[in-house]
Amino acid sequence: MNNVVFKNMVRFILLVLFQVLVFNHINFFGHINPLIYITWVVLFPIKKNKNLLLLSSFFLGILIDAFSDSGGIYTAAILFIAYYRLPILEMVLRKTDFDYVLFNIRNIPINKLLLYITILTLLDTFIVFLLDYFSLSDIGIIISNTILTSIFTILLSFFGILLFTKKNK
Amino acid sequence: MQQLFYFIRKFRYFLLFLLLEIIALTLTIQNHSYQQSKFINSANFISGGIYNKVSSITDFFNLKSENKRLSEENNHLKNWIEKNKQITVNKIVTSIDSNNYSQKYQYISTKIINNNYSKRNNFLSLNKGTKQNLKIDLGVVNSKGIIGVIKNISANYATVLSILNSNSKINVRLKKSFHFGTLVWNGKNYNVVQITDIPRQAVIKVGDTIITGGKSAIFPEGIKVGVVKNFKFENNQYKEINVSLFNDMSALSYVQVIINYQKNEQKKIEQNNFDE
Repeated sequence: MNNVVFKNMVRFILLVLFQVLVFNHINFFGHINPLIYITWVVLFPIKKNKNLLLLSSFFLGILIDAFSDSGGIYTAAILFIAYYRLPILEMVLRKTDFDYVLFNIRNIPINKLLLYITILTLLDTFIVFLLDYFSLSDIGIIISNTILTSIFTILLSFFGILLFTKKNK
Repeated sequence: MQQLFYFIRKFRYFLLFLLLEIIALTLTIQNHSYQQSKFINSANFISGGIYNKVSSITDFFNLKSENKRLSEENNHLKNWIEKNKQITVNKIVTSIDSNNYSQKYQYISTKIINNNYSKRNNFLSLNKGTKQNLKIDLGVVNSKGIIGVIKNISANYATVLSILNSNSKINVRLKKSFHFGTLVWNGKNYNVVQITDIPRQAVIKVGDTIITGGKSAIFPEGIKVGVVKNFKFENNQYKEINVSLFNDMSALSYVQVIINYQKNEQKKIEQNNFDE
């Protein structure tokens, strides 16, 4: 149990630092910065008590917003996907109850994992850009930015998860 | 009452989500208004300190271009001194009236420790704060042009509202004709900004130099901004005047903050005009 807590604390700190120091300054094609902090929501252990996920996601978002002077856009986005994470996972896996103790995100089929990450990322990036531009007249640029940023975020977080997490047998 | 408790208990997860989401959205909306200073910003000792450490490492990458810029600025200033020498030699100065020698602007050298240019609303971080006499609403420039205005400040760090921000509105004018306009950014290309509110009487050509207007108390008149790249003239009005910046906003390092000692005087007298 303590091992899980420790692992998640390390992951929290690493995700914040990597996001604000490395991935906020990649500027691929001039303006694309992958939002890898989403993996926090993807990898957070699935439990009956979901308040901890909401609160931790809130603090992660606030930290990233403080570093990048963006008000509360990352917080609002990550809270939204944290709240809808379980319904989305239920939809992707087509089942309604989970074995909360033994559930491991790596044990679900790889195409479903990819779909799960894709839905979460698209939702999150769309909210981020919508709140950043804050006007519906820029909807074209919001959608194009969402799609481009999502592609790189999905690739990075998908392979990151494959590389840095273990299956349990 | 019991039903209320039951309701809260049943929906407490949703209510927690709603509460946190409202906090986040409030912070976002606050961030989109220019007047309010922000509650959460990177001018604190944790993020400022981390950015400072990282920038001391990454600084080496733009040393070369920074040296070149410094050398060019030195060259420019030396030439300017030589020109002025020639003028003062021919003048005889007899009296010194201290009123004529009061200093209006002072420049303070600082360094940008965190640079952003790819978002819609960009902020930069500086490694000096109130301890080094910086205040909110001071202009930030380098030798190539304007960069932004200080927005949040702490003891040792400050954040700058970049000209690449939807809240940034800076008074500029044409170098040749004293027609004033407002500098804004549409969020598309970080090398190109836009000018609005320019009167239709103004004659604009591609390649005209744009400088700061000096109407606000933040920037002195005549700081370089950029050159007109292209524009549209429709229905007797200027539309979409694009200006390519002299500054490369993606590679900023050492900058100067401008302190205006006559700012309060100007603000006061302008306020009097409003009151009448």
